[in-house]
Amino acid sequence: MEDKPLVDWAWIGDHLDDVVVRLFQHLQLTAIPVALGFVISLGLAIWAIRRPIVYGPTTAITGLLYTIPSIAAFAFLRPIFGLSLLTAIIPLTTYTLLILFRSNVSGFQSVPADVLEAAEGMGYTRRERLRRVELPLAIPLMITGIRLASVTTVGLATVAAILGDSFGGLGQFITEGLQTFFPTKIYLGAVLSVALAFSLDILFVRIELWATPWARARAEQTA
Amino acid sequence: MDVFGFFLDPANWQGPDGIPVRLVEHLALSLAAVLAATAVGLPIGLFIGHTGRFANLAINTSNIGRAVPSFALMVALLPIALDLAPVLGYPPALGLSFLPIFLAMTLLAIPPILVNAYAGLRSVDRDLLEAGRGQGLRERQILRDLELPLASNIIVGGFRTATLQVIATATIGAILSGGGLGRYIIDGVSRNQPDRLFAGAVLVTTLALVVDGLLALAQRRLTPRALRGPAVGRGGSLPAGGEAAA
Amino acid sequence: MADQPAHRAAVVEFEHVTKRYDAPVKRRGGTSTKTPGAVNDLSLKVPAGKICVLVGPSGCGKTTSLKMVNRIIEPTSGRILIDGVDAATRDITELRRSIGYVIQQVGLFPHQTIADNVATVPRLLGWNADRLRARADELLALVGLEPGTYRDRFPSQLSGGERQRVGVARALAADPPIMLMDEPFGAVDPIVRDRLQNEFLRLQEELAKTILFVTHDIDEAIKMGDLVAVLQVGGVLAQFGTPAEILSNPASEFVARFVGDDRGLKRLALDRVGDLELVQVPLARPGDDAADARRRAHADPFRYLLLVDDANRPLGWVDEEDIPASGTLDEALANPVSPIVNRRTTLKDALSMMLDADVQAAIVVDRTGACQGVMTVDRVARLMREGEHGRMYGVFGDED
Repeated sequence: MEDKPLVDWAWIGDHLDDVVVRLFQHLQLTAIPVALGFVISLGLAIWAIRRPIVYGPTTAITGLLYTIPSIAAFAFLRPIFGLSLLTAIIPLTTYTLLILFRSNVSGFQSVPADVLEAAEGMGYTRRERLRRVELPLAIPLMITGIRLASVTTVGLATVAAILGDSFGGLGQFITEGLQTFFPTKIYLGAVLSVALAFSLDILFVRIELWATPWARARAEQTA
Repeated sequence: MDVFGFFLDPANWQGPDGIPVRLVEHLALSLAAVLAATAVGLPIGLFIGHTGRFANLAINTSNIGRAVPSFALMVALLPIALDLAPVLGYPPALGLSFLPIFLAMTLLAIPPILVNAYAGLRSVDRDLLEAGRGQGLRERQILRDLELPLASNIIVGGFRTATLQVIATATIGAILSGGGLGRYIIDGVSRNQPDRLFAGAVLVTTLALVVDGLLALAQRRLTPRALRGPAVGRGGSLPAGGEAAA
Repeated sequence: MADQPAHRAAVVEFEHVTKRYDAPVKRRGGTSTKTPGAVNDLSLKVPAGKICVLVGPSGCGKTTSLKMVNRIIEPTSGRILIDGVDAATRDITELRRSIGYVIQQVGLFPHQTIADNVATVPRLLGWNADRLRARADELLALVGLEPGTYRDRFPSQLSGGERQRVGVARALAADPPIMLMDEPFGAVDPIVRDRLQNEFLRLQEELAKTILFVTHDIDEAIKMGDLVAVLQVGGVLAQFGTPAEILSNPASEFVARFVGDDRGLKRLALDRVGDLELVQVPLARPGDDAADARRRAHADPFRYLLLVDDANRPLGWVDEEDIPASGTLDEALANPVSPIVNRRTTLKDALSMMLDADVQAAIVVDRTGACQGVMTVDRVARLMREGEHGRMYGVFGDED
C-alpha cells in the first residue's frame, strides 16, 4: 500500500482549474433548482394560506415527487430531453418542492395572529400585509427550508454526473474515479460536495441573520 | 421503446437477473440497513430526547447526515472497504459492492431516525411529564406510557424518511455493481437498452411509493386516536427532522 | 367640556346592529381560537369625544361589536354610523386607517423598530420620512416613552407595559377621530394596568377622541367610561348609561349581579368629595378672644371649633371643653387629627383616611389649601341613600 497513497495531492495540484469548473457546475446544479423551487413553492404556499384546501393535495403531490428516486427520475426524463442540463434540473427542482412548500407554509403560519389582526385593523391591504408583514416574519422558517433544500440538492446533484460531462459537477470526479479506480478523484468529489453543502448552509445562516435584525435584538435581550 | 414488452417477457421474471430476485435483493438490503440504523439511532435519539442531554449532538448529526451525498459516501467507502478486506479477512467481492453500499445506507438512515426520536420526545408537553412524575411514575414508565405514545407519530416519520432514503440509495448502489432494482437502470444505460432502463425506473418508483404509502398508514394507525387531526396545518413537519434544524 | 375641533372626534352610532354566527368561525393563526359572540339588535350612540366602555361576560358580543366598527367583522343586519355615514358604504381600507385600533396582545410588528411601528398608518397614508420620524417621536413622548431611548428598539426589547404604550401611540399616529380598544390593558399586571389607565385618562383629557373600549372587568369599565354599555350573553344590551347610573340603578337582575353586591362600595370609588354637601363648622384663628370662641362652639351642634391660619388653612380642632374661659386662642390648642381632603378626592379614599385616623370627619380644602368645609360619614351615607342623586357626570355636564 506504500506505493499507492490514498490521496494523490500532486494530481489535485495539477488539476485545480478542473476543480474550479466542476465546483461552478455543481453550484449551478444546486442554485437553479433551489431558486426555481423556491419561486414555485412560494406561489403554492401563498395559495395554500389563502385557500387551506390546497394544502393537502399540494403536500400529497410534492411528497409523491419527492419519493421518486433521483436516478429513476433521470431515467424517465432522458428519452424526452436527452442527456441535457434540463434532465438534471427538472427532478432536482421537484425534489425541493416538498421541503420548500412546507417551510414556506410554516413560515406564514408562524406570523402571530395578533400581528395579523393589528395589520388588518390598521387598514393594510392584503398585498401590503403580505409584503410588509407576512413575508418578513416568515423569513426565518423559509430560510430553514432553503438551507435544507440546498444541502439536499448538493447531494442529489452528485448523482446527476451520470447524465453528462458538460454540466456534471463534482459527481463527475466521483464517477470518473470509480471508472478508472482512482481514489483521489472519489475523495475529491466527496469532500468538495460536503464542503459545498456546509458552505451554502453557513451562507444562508448569515443571510438570515442579516435579513432579520429584530431576531438578533431579541437574542441580545435574552442573553 | 417497449416497456410493456419488458414486463411481458417471461425471461425477465426468472433467474438471478429476474424481477423477483432483484426486488428481494432491494428489499433485503434496505431492511437490513434500516434495522442496523434503528439499532444505533433509536436508543441514542430516545436517550437524548428523554434526558435533554447532548441535544446539540443530535442536531449536528442530522445536519452532517444531510450534507453528505449518499452517492459520494458510498463511493468513498469503496476503496476503504477494499483495502480493509485483507486486514479483516472478508472476501474482496464483499468489499466491492455489499459493504460500501450497506454502510452508506446505514449511515445515512441514522440521522433521520435519531433526530425524529429526539424531536418526538421533545415535542411532548413538559407539564404533562411533570404531572406524570408528580404521580410517582418512574422514568421508564414515563418514557413508555407518556413519551413514546405521544411521540410515535414523529418517530415513525423518521423511519419513513430513512426508509425512502435507503430505497433510493440502494438504487444508486447499482452503479457500484450492487444488486437490486437499480441494476436495470444502470445496465439499461451501459447496454443502451431504453426498455430496461425505463422498466427499472418504473419498478423503483413503484416500490418507493408503495413502501411510503404503507408506512404512512402505519404512522397514522400508531398515532393515538385523540391526536389524529387533519393533515392540514401545524401538524405538517419538515422531512428529515426539519423541526430540529429550526 | 370645551368643544373640540370637529375632525378630532366623531359620533359613533349603532342602529339595530345584529351579528349571527351559523357555524364556528375559523381564523388563521394559533392563538385566537375562541369563537366571537353574537350581537342582537344593538342600538346605542356614543357622543363625540367620550369613552364608551362595552362590558360583559365572555360571549356577550362586546368584542364583536367593537370589530364591526372597523369592519373586521361585518354585521348581519343593521348599520353603524360614523358622523352619520354608514361605515358599510366607506372604502374598507380608508375606514380602517381613520380608526385607531388597540388590542390586548398589542400586535406590534416584531420585525419593525418602535418608531416604524408607531408610524405604521401615516406610512400607509404616504407621509414622507421626515414627517414620519417627527410624528413617531412626538407620539412616543406623548405616551411617556423617551424617543431617544425607544425609537430604534424592537418590540421584543420592551416590557409588557411599554409595549402597551407603543400600541396606544401607534393607534394615535394618524390622529384618528375614533379609537377602538379591545382589552388594551388586559395583559399587564394590576399595578402597571392602574398606571396605564390613569395615564390614558389624562391623555384623553387632551385628545378627546371618541373611544370604544372593551373590557370584562366592571371596575375598569367604571373607572374608564364616560358611558358604560353592559352586554349579556347573546349580545343583548342590558343597560347603557353613566357609571353612576349603572351603579345606583341597575336596570335588571343581570346588571345588578354583574356589577356585584358591593356596588355601593364601587360608587364610593366613583363619587368624589365635591359631590357631597359639605358641613360648615365655626372657624377661629389663633389670637381670637377665647370667651367669644367658647360661646360660638357651644352654639354649634358639633361643639368644636376649627382653628385656621390667616389663609384659612386648617390647623386643627379645638374642643369646647378645652377653650380657656378668658384670654385668647392659642395654636397649641389645635388637635390635627382629621385628614385633609380636596374636592377631587374619591369618597373611597376619603373614608379610608378617616378610618385610619379613627375620626368621623375630614376637612375639605381648595387648591390653595383653604378650608371649604367638612365632610362627615353621615353625609356620605346620606348621599348613598339618595340613590338617583344629583351628581352630574361625564356627558351631561361639567365637573368642577
